[in-house]
Amino acid sequence: MRILFKTSYNDDIRLFPDRWTLAVYAALLALAFALPLLLDEFYLGEVTNVLIWAIAGLGLMLLTGQTGQVSLGHAAFLAIGCYTNTILIEAGLPFILAFPLAGMITGVVGAIIAIPALRLHGIYLAIATIALSILADDIIVLLDPWTGGVSGKFPDAITLFGLEIERWTMPVRFYYLVLAVTVICTLFYRNLLRSPLGRAFAAVRDSEVSASAMGVHIARTKGTAFGLSCMITGWAGALMGYYAGAFNNETFSLVISITLLMMIVIGGLGSIHGAFFGAVVVAFLPQVLSILKGAVLGGGVAIPGLETGVFGMILILFILFEPMGIYGRWLKVRTWFELFPFARKDMFRRQKSYLKTERLR
Amino acid sequence: MDVLQLLVSGLANGCVYGLIALGFVLIYKATEAVNFAQGDFMMLGAFVTLGLTNAEYLHMPFWLAAPLAIMIMAVLGYLLDNLVLRHLFGQSQTAVVILTIALGFVIRFVAGVIWGHEPQTLESPLAIGDIHFGGVVLGVADVAVIVVTVLMTLFLYQFFQRTKLGLAMQAASQNQMAAYYMGIPVKRVQGLIWGLSGATAAVAGILFASKGAIDPNAGLLGIKAFAAAVIGGFGSLPGALAGGLIVGVIEPFASRYFAAGYSQIAPYALLLIVLVLRPHGLFSQIRIKKV
Repeated sequence: MRILFKTSYNDDIRLFPDRWTLAVYAALLALAFALPLLLDEFYLGEVTNVLIWAIAGLGLMLLTGQTGQVSLGHAAFLAIGCYTNTILIEAGLPFILAFPLAGMITGVVGAIIAIPALRLHGIYLAIATIALSILADDIIVLLDPWTGGVSGKFPDAITLFGLEIERWTMPVRFYYLVLAVTVICTLFYRNLLRSPLGRAFAAVRDSEVSASAMGVHIARTKGTAFGLSCMITGWAGALMGYYAGAFNNETFSLVISITLLMMIVIGGLGSIHGAFFGAVVVAFLPQVLSILKGAVLGGGVAIPGLETGVFGMILILFILFEPMGIYGRWLKVRTWFELFPFARKDMFRRQKSYLKTERLR
Repeated sequence: MDVLQLLVSGLANGCVYGLIALGFVLIYKATEAVNFAQGDFMMLGAFVTLGLTNAEYLHMPFWLAAPLAIMIMAVLGYLLDNLVLRHLFGQSQTAVVILTIALGFVIRFVAGVIWGHEPQTLESPLAIGDIHFGGVVLGVADVAVIVVTVLMTLFLYQFFQRTKLGLAMQAASQNQMAAYYMGIPVKRVQGLIWGLSGATAAVAGILFASKGAIDPNAGLLGIKAFAAAVIGGFGSLPGALAGGLIVGVIEPFASRYFAAGYSQIAPYALLLIVLVLRPHGLFSQIRIKKV
């Protein structure tokens, strides 16, 4: 059993509450660095995929988990990040400039789009972002001269500090690049949560009325959340473009938006761990399913829609029985061990709540 | 005359959107949640009817199969609320949104497994031909769609305004706890409304399948019905119908007069414009809480 004894206010916002946690994360980072030695190229590629999804998940988590604004249109921002990065590099910018700039441009575009969206909340925002996701597809086709339209684009190999990085021929280098972006985004997210802005996000999520009573500017906070969220998502989009090797108007479809949202719900809304857990599920579910299908039905049997169907069922089970996702389950297990033998059954019981509308008629 | 033809066929399409949107609005009015699987409910309703009435399946007479399918969908809606959605009672709309999206995936998968992914046509007595009306050609199915939609909207509107149950449903959505205090069995009322919206979806599905072929992805039509419900403003039944008609009429005109790339984005562009200008729809029901 571990006892946390806080002696100053800074203890509350420390990056790592104690040495043990620090050691755990240091070990995790060391493992991530050593991974290319342990895995072959195929699985390294899969892990890279997980990390890219996790970055995208972090982006959406900031908006949905942290600020409470549901977005079903984040594939559009993935697309903006991806296309901006490729176009900037084609214009002659080096990767080290083009990549951060792509994320920032996505963030600015997101914040601009957010201005009208700020007046919406709840389902209206969700539906507006669905429309955005559908429009993105058509707009990419309409902007054919820049985006290559239906035939799409093929990103060139990255040149970074004189090193050439390519997903297929040099998966190890690409893995390290993605890992670096992941670590930077995670640290950025974690630090954001400790800042007044991060606290304002949580306040807006929990109650807009009380947040504005405490002096939080609701519209500005939501706009900032949208911008930052889109920035991270844009970086994920750029990496996704490199990972896929080719992309066109159909790469970033509404299905990707929905998958992204479901991913962070399965992982656990409002937690950094959740983005990573969810990414693992999204990236490995198709493989696990095809192995299972092969074992049960024999190879060669195709069941269209199986993946989304199973994914939907898993999601329903999670919402019903573990609304905090995989992270929530992990938290319970961890608490049980930390408090052993004092954990009680009802520690995580939720309070009964009743819905109250804002409709007047 | 060309314009008139576009207008009339647009109205018929718009009525289908309106019918799906009615389902959204019903659930929104009574539970303050949005059923993102409503389009898939419609698809399922169509397939249940098809399974009952088509020759290669059960081959029942249509006029027996249709009410049966509507009843099956109503029971399904009620059970869904009882078994699944009730666990989320009192939680935020977000949870319901995500749950119903997942539900839509599952319904699409199940329908694909049972009925296959090939487009099929319903052997419907409504699909018998066209009516010529002073130069305007209109399918019998189209006429049926328009008539049924108008009747349904009128009926549901009266139901919510006049009957005790309808009022109880509105009360239950506006403040669950207060509704409990007034002796309204909130959970049972919510189950009933899900049943009612399942039945509405079945009606929409039968009419939609009479107009053309359906496949398990037909539920994606629900996204256009969203546009309809938002334009009308969630929570207003006549608004849903009006929104459906607007979306339905804009589509053929956009594809007739706009360039190819621009025409299919017209309904969504309209949706965004409405949301920007009137954030809660044309028939708004929400006012921002002041601190």
